[in-house]
Amino acid sequence: MHSIAFYLFALLAITGGIFLVAFRNPVSSALAMVLSFVGLAGLFIGLNAYFVGIVQILVYAGAIMVLFIFIIMLLDLNDEKPVKFKSTTVLAGVIIPLLLVVQILGVIQSHNTGDEGAFKKITASSMAISAKEFPEDSAIHKSLTHPKSPKLPDTNLIGHAIFTRYNFPLQIMGVLLLVATMGVVILSKRSSKKAS
Amino acid sequence: MDIPFLIAALIKIGVFIGITMTFVSVCVIFERRFSAIIQDRVGPNRTMVPLSILGFKKDFALPIGGLTQPVADGLKFILKEDFTPSYVRKVFFWLAPVLVVVPALLTMAVVPFGSPMEFGDTVIPMAVADLNVGPLFIFAIASLSVYGITLAGWASNSKYPFFGGVRSCAQMISYEIALGLSIIPVLMMFQTLNLGHIVEYQAAHGWLLLPAWGEGLSLERWLMLIPLGISFVIFTTSIFAETNRMPFDLPECETELVGGYHTEYSSMKFALFFMGEYAAMVVGSALIVTLFFGGWSIGFGIDGLLPTGAWWVSLIHIGCFLSKVTVFILFFILVRWTIPRFRYDQLMNLGWIVFFEAALINVFLAALVLAYPSIGLMGVIIGFIILSAAATLLIIIAKGATQKPSATAV
Repeated sequence: MHSIAFYLFALLAITGGIFLVAFRNPVSSALAMVLSFVGLAGLFIGLNAYFVGIVQILVYAGAIMVLFIFIIMLLDLNDEKPVKFKSTTVLAGVIIPLLLVVQILGVIQSHNTGDEGAFKKITASSMAISAKEFPEDSAIHKSLTHPKSPKLPDTNLIGHAIFTRYNFPLQIMGVLLLVATMGVVILSKRSSKKAS
Repeated sequence: MDIPFLIAALIKIGVFIGITMTFVSVCVIFERRFSAIIQDRVGPNRTMVPLSILGFKKDFALPIGGLTQPVADGLKFILKEDFTPSYVRKVFFWLAPVLVVVPALLTMAVVPFGSPMEFGDTVIPMAVADLNVGPLFIFAIASLSVYGITLAGWASNSKYPFFGGVRSCAQMISYEIALGLSIIPVLMMFQTLNLGHIVEYQAAHGWLLLPAWGEGLSLERWLMLIPLGISFVIFTTSIFAETNRMPFDLPECETELVGGYHTEYSSMKFALFFMGEYAAMVVGSALIVTLFFGGWSIGFGIDGLLPTGAWWVSLIHIGCFLSKVTVFILFFILVRWTIPRFRYDQLMNLGWIVFFEAALINVFLAALVLAYPSIGLMGVIIGFIILSAAATLLIIIAKGATQKPSATAV
């Protein structure tokens, strides 16, 4: 049995998604997307992934969508006019989501082990057991075995995984992002010179 | 979901939102009286119950000074005509004030108001949601309040509010970066994102900016005061910018933009913007107090002497927290009535060129101090030399960025 919060946030995410496509006004669409992100963040938090959920709001809803809306407002876009779609576009639009649904159904079928699957509830005792994997004076150990209010330090755990197991991919990603940023700056500078 | 937890959560939501809203209205009277003192005026020092409109000879003055002024202000807002201009985008025009107030009140959910109460085995934390991502939650939800102001400016469908909305959008995005980067040294020091644990640590080992007891008396903690002091300055200034308060209140800059993003608003919808600004100020003060000044802790090791978990200790701690928050609110007001408004390019330069770089260097400085036990004195000195070289390079680049483009480039 899933909690009421799951259905609430799932509904929020799906409603946002539908409105995003259905609205004709670009600003309404952008706000519907924000709604969808907030719903997704709620779902992540329901899975105890607080950090991922909050970052979802912080980065997507709080920064990226604000920039979108900023641009939409500055350009002062009008309502989108309904477009006549080609049959091939519609066909692609039907087939790709169907493939995704088949994929998801396949995953659900192969992992159908009881009502809650392999997802176990996190309790103080289960946290104390997993705390043994970490050294006693580490922040993760301290948070897991806090005398009064033990908490799953998911932020620290993600950091631990990234900086130990996935350190090399992290560095590569950092360099890639830097290159992309510099590329954007150089390209936009060049085009503005030509324009003047 | 157990029932006691739900009941406790509901009570906490009611009480803490009540406290925040009370603070918002108290802020208004503070603002008016304090500004009056600064400008050598009297300010609203009496509020009458208008009995004369009922046919009595005289109005009745309550003998509590001007403390009832917020009630009169609120009544005025409710009784004014709620006018919606015909040319606005209606849905967004109505949505915008709500989007300003709700995030400001939501962020209060993770702030620990007092030490946890204990009834038998159940520990009730004095925060509505004792999340493990406290500061991040506050930043995330606070970043949503940009939508309220931006939409207000856009939905008003007239020029000045639109400028206000665009300004605030750019300003809040810029300062979010400085805000987020500036507390990284603080979080590195605490090693946790749980605001409750952060305050408990400060109660036992000295406030962040006053490490005078417990483990706080070590050399490392006093050395950490340098990066943490820089953090504090950047963080507090960025909070001013995020709440659109005076030195940075360009979104509603009266001399240029009439009233900024809320020019077209009237009555209670305007009051909601007003409340949103003050609520953001209260949350900002609460966050500064929680991170840098020990939250609910009384300090000087007194917290250790009190029995843990007793309800009266919790109440004392709540009182302590609220008085610290009050001090910071007064500081906000003092700054508002002392420092003149920035120019917009100065604001952007301060955010992107001064604070961003300073916060970035500050992170490495804090890391150097924290790493001292494991890399030794030699490592710290080498690290410091590299860091100062990098900092000089950054400053040179930043200087180049601030230089005005030559006239021929245009």
